[in-house]
Amino acid sequence: MALGDLANPSRFLAFANRAIPWLGGLTVIVFAFGLNQAMLAPNDYQQGATVKIMYLHVPSAWLSMMAWAVMTVAALGTLVWRHPLADVAAKAAAPIGGAFALLCLITGSLWGRPEWGTYWVWDARLTSELVLFLLYLGVVALWRTVEDPARAARAAAILTLVGAIDLPIIKFSVDWWNTLHQGASFGLEGSTIYPTILFPLLIMAAAFMLLFATLQLAAMRNEILRRRVRTLRLMRARTAS
Amino acid sequence: MRLSAVNLTCQRGGREVFADVSFSVAAGELLAITGRNGAGKSSLLRIVVGLIRIAQGRLILEGGNPELSIGEQAHYLGHQDALKPALSVDENLRFWTGFLGGKGADAAQAIETVGLRDLGDLPAAYLSAGQRRRLSIARLIAVKRPMWLLDEPMNTLDAAAQDRLTALIRAHLAEGGLVLAATHGSLGIAGMQQLHLGEQDR
Amino acid sequence: MTPLGALLIRDMRISVRVGGGALIGVLFFLVVVALMPFAIGPNLLLLKRIGPAILWLAALLASLLALDRLFAADHDDGSLDLLLMGRAPLELVVATKALAHWLTTGLPLVIAAPVIGLLLNLDAADDAALVLTLLVGTPALTFIGMVGAAIAVALRRGGLLLAVLVLPLTVPVLIFGVAAAQSAFAGAAPFGTAFTILCALTLASLVVGPFAAAAALRQEIE
Repeated sequence: MALGDLANPSRFLAFANRAIPWLGGLTVIVFAFGLNQAMLAPNDYQQGATVKIMYLHVPSAWLSMMAWAVMTVAALGTLVWRHPLADVAAKAAAPIGGAFALLCLITGSLWGRPEWGTYWVWDARLTSELVLFLLYLGVVALWRTVEDPARAARAAAILTLVGAIDLPIIKFSVDWWNTLHQGASFGLEGSTIYPTILFPLLIMAAAFMLLFATLQLAAMRNEILRRRVRTLRLMRARTAS
Repeated sequence: MRLSAVNLTCQRGGREVFADVSFSVAAGELLAITGRNGAGKSSLLRIVVGLIRIAQGRLILEGGNPELSIGEQAHYLGHQDALKPALSVDENLRFWTGFLGGKGADAAQAIETVGLRDLGDLPAAYLSAGQRRRLSIARLIAVKRPMWLLDEPMNTLDAAAQDRLTALIRAHLAEGGLVLAATHGSLGIAGMQQLHLGEQDR
Repeated sequence: MTPLGALLIRDMRISVRVGGGALIGVLFFLVVVALMPFAIGPNLLLLKRIGPAILWLAALLASLLALDRLFAADHDDGSLDLLLMGRAPLELVVATKALAHWLTTGLPLVIAAPVIGLLLNLDAADDAALVLTLLVGTPALTFIGMVGAAIAVALRRGGLLLAVLVLPLTVPVLIFGVAAAQSAFAGAAPFGTAFTILCALTLASLVVGPFAAAAALRQEIE
């Protein structure tokens, strides 16, 4: 099936219905393997077993950024190419990206707790992630505020693009701000990465990617169905006397 | 029951809207208030229900409940529909029925009467202007009040809905209610009193 | 169902529906708190010390900014006319609306405060004091702010005016709320004194707010 065929929502639904169980199953398998590898990976000589939070933390961070990239492409799709599924994809990706960002923050603060003695320090990486999380919440709030999906889509697309431009600037600014203050900066990912650590990490990253793909497809399917219900209900009001 | 006004004067923003307006409506009667735009038709209705203060003159209600004000015994159907777009048709009507002291069963009956039963679960945002108007009229049926004050009640209604509203007004009059309606056109009710505002202007 | 019960349920329903914005207040709260360290610096000892003050200020702004639609929405669609005409006393009607507003915007702030407090290095004792003061203090903010919302009901840009009108009135609540929340630190007033005065302020606002707001609405509606 060509990618262009998926532009049709009905064909997309058929595709999603067939793909979701397979993707879900694959996600479970890769997750199981990845977690197993992470268990077998060596402990850190300083941090002990705590370091294994990294296998959840780092992929979450990657995926939280990737979700914004997906939203950016979708935003271009909405504004430039007027692709019928673009705003569905954008709306679906926002809460998922936000959830990954939150997971990254939670695992980060749990990881930092034994090091820092507190759940949160204004570490440069975590702080940037927090700002990203806030941006996701803003996008979700925007989607929830405008009832008409087409109008919400354009507003959210513009916000997403501005965010995509601003995110690197935010990252740079936060780094600069952090070095200026020389806070209690331990740095979570300090040491060079050995292959024994890298391999499970990459498996976990693959598992997270699959998880994202599954959730994204399911959320897009739900959103398409939700819009159909909305259209049917609108038509019911129109055709009633 | 009889509602009378004696030499009512209305002032808004320092400007006199109308002066020395008198009328008297008894149970079972309809008073149609006519006049050009800005003559004060809406203001007169709002004075009666107590949403605008009386500058001069008096309003007298005989035979009503002396414990309650005129507004508390009246239904007021203004220009706006007083509906919340985020709530469903049912929820909107049930709220007003509950707030005005009626029963839920009456709300269900009223929604049937205005022909919106099939749309009960839809958000009010999806309704057309005429449907919104009818939903707002449903509140007059769901909760019994002896006086109806209607501001351009036929606005945005199609012919069928206008006929239905006329029938509702007739039924209300037949039950001994009284109706004040600001209107441009005819309400299709025989034997109504007329009050024309704006004659005194120069 | 009683008239006021119906009103309470309606207002709470609207605020959690699409466009209702019940949780935007919490988001605003979070954003303001998260921005503070960028201005102040990430020094954890400093943040811990001024944390209660930051959270209180953010809660104050969050609960006031959400208030401008409290009566304006009902004014715009004609509902306010019917609420004014109803048999339920207007003072109780506005108090019910304020209660619904607090339950959907104020209470979530109180619940979110301990989590957000983690960002400012607050420990369990600080969090407990903070939550208690916010729980008691935010109703006062809503009921004082309600008066401004009633005054600004028919105005364009009412939200901005509301903040200007109401913020000075909330000074006592801010003083005693922060004082009670900060009493864990050396040199501050004892918790009990400040907290009792905060309770008194809230009780007073619960009485004065509805009467003032109802009076303002009766004036404004003409």
